[in-house]
Amino acid sequence: MSFLIKKPDDIKSSEITSQSVYHERREFIKKMSLATTALIGAGHLSLAEAKAYPELAKSQFSSADKLTSLDDIKSYNNFYEFGTGKVDPAKNAKNFNPKPWSIAVEGEIEKPGVFDLEDFVKPYALEERIYRFRCVEGWSMVIPWVGFPLADMIKQFKPTSKAKYVEFVTLYDKEKMPGQAIRVLPWPYTEGLRIDEAMNPLTLMAVGLYGDELPNQNGAPIRLVVPWKYGFKNIKSIVKIRFTEHEPVSTWHKIGPKEYGFYSNVNPDVDHPRWSQKTERRIGEPFWSPKIQTQMFNGYSEQVAHLYSGMDLKRFF
Amino acid sequence: MQIMTSIAENNIRLDAVMSVHKMLKPVVFIFCLLPLMMIMWQAFTNGLGANPAETILDAMGNWAVYFLLITLTVTPLRRLTGWGGIVRLRRMFGLFVFFYASLHLLSYIWFDQYFDWHEIVNDIIKRPFISLGFMTFVLLIPLMLTSNKAMIIRLKANWKRLHQLVYPIAIMATVHFFLMTRADFQQPVIIALILSVLLMYRLVVYFQKKAARL
Repeated sequence: MSFLIKKPDDIKSSEITSQSVYHERREFIKKMSLATTALIGAGHLSLAEAKAYPELAKSQFSSADKLTSLDDIKSYNNFYEFGTGKVDPAKNAKNFNPKPWSIAVEGEIEKPGVFDLEDFVKPYALEERIYRFRCVEGWSMVIPWVGFPLADMIKQFKPTSKAKYVEFVTLYDKEKMPGQAIRVLPWPYTEGLRIDEAMNPLTLMAVGLYGDELPNQNGAPIRLVVPWKYGFKNIKSIVKIRFTEHEPVSTWHKIGPKEYGFYSNVNPDVDHPRWSQKTERRIGEPFWSPKIQTQMFNGYSEQVAHLYSGMDLKRFF
Repeated sequence: MQIMTSIAENNIRLDAVMSVHKMLKPVVFIFCLLPLMMIMWQAFTNGLGANPAETILDAMGNWAVYFLLITLTVTPLRRLTGWGGIVRLRRMFGLFVFFYASLHLLSYIWFDQYFDWHEIVNDIIKRPFISLGFMTFVLLIPLMLTSNKAMIIRLKANWKRLHQLVYPIAIMATVHFFLMTRADFQQPVIIALILSVLLMYRLVVYFQKKAARL
């Protein structure tokens, strides 16, 4: 049986010659995964072995910090599309089905289009990136994402000279995302990056975490990860990527322009108007222990500080 | 009900009623401690979620506000039901407001700032919602200190006037709740609605009395 289970891994993207052959192989993989599921059901295999991305390239950008437990990552979420409480998304996203999923890429690019997620992700080599994640509310996690650099994708779409910014949009579907029935935020959720921020090698399109597919409450099936910015910039469940000439308006900026800037870089020296950003509570550490110091750019200065040289970060917060 | 009907009949039965009344206070006292006991139980059983510091801070603040609303419900409830016995619980409810507000403040000082007094003073000066929360707590202190019989006797008419501070305290606590909310105002709105009903009731009673005097 081990021969059968290993089979999907043997299919490398370089071997794929035509769409039809690809689909035949997908069918084969589907059948194999069904067989695997049956085996798990029969108790011959443990679930741990059935991860979606069992073998991933490690990244030089990965943090050596202690990982936050999968349980905490899955049960403490700000994802207002599934409710405003931290534990709401885990409950309310249970029945969310991220398949099939399509992504529209449009705006100032040479090759716009609407793509099936599978085809959209297929050309890129997935890797594991262990990043610190700092929420604007003052807590942080360490998350082993699975994804590919956004820069790789942008290059494929050939942005024009007018493409100065990238805007991202989350799915807007009240049926699938029950939290959107209440207008706590102006739906759909939108976020944006400057094109050089988007091209930075740290910027990741994530499709998984802990070697597996993204849990629904963490932004399935595809989300943005920008580790030097506050968590809300890391937009989830993306359906549209638009290249623009003008700075896009982020959702949180819309409802609180003095509290949530376009840049929202992690910065211990620039307070949120309602609380200090000097320290953070690392999730998983004992609650009676002191919080840890927040680092400039969340500890990624080396990779990103140059993007903001000469800018007044108190003004462009 | 049997006990109730026999009150008028003889004094021996009256003693029984008194002992039920005596039982009332300790029983309610235990109930008022339940929120704290719940939190402690969850703390020992890993049930406080991914961010226990936040869970505790929020829970203690919420319960301080809930007890504030409960305290303010006592007088209307007495008038509506005619049950005078409930007033005997008002002081205890009021002290539980102080109790949970203290735990809320302690959670902030400990979990949020880890006794960094410089940062705490900074917060109180710079951040309106923390300033307001702190002022609300400070106003609770004189009420707590004068909540005994000796003080009631000593302060006479001033005692009632002093304890009318509970109204601005309730409004400030609610505004504190609003100012710290990021986007979802459902919870503070519900609290504001309940509080306005309780305050409206007092306004109506006040104007009725005034009209009666004229």
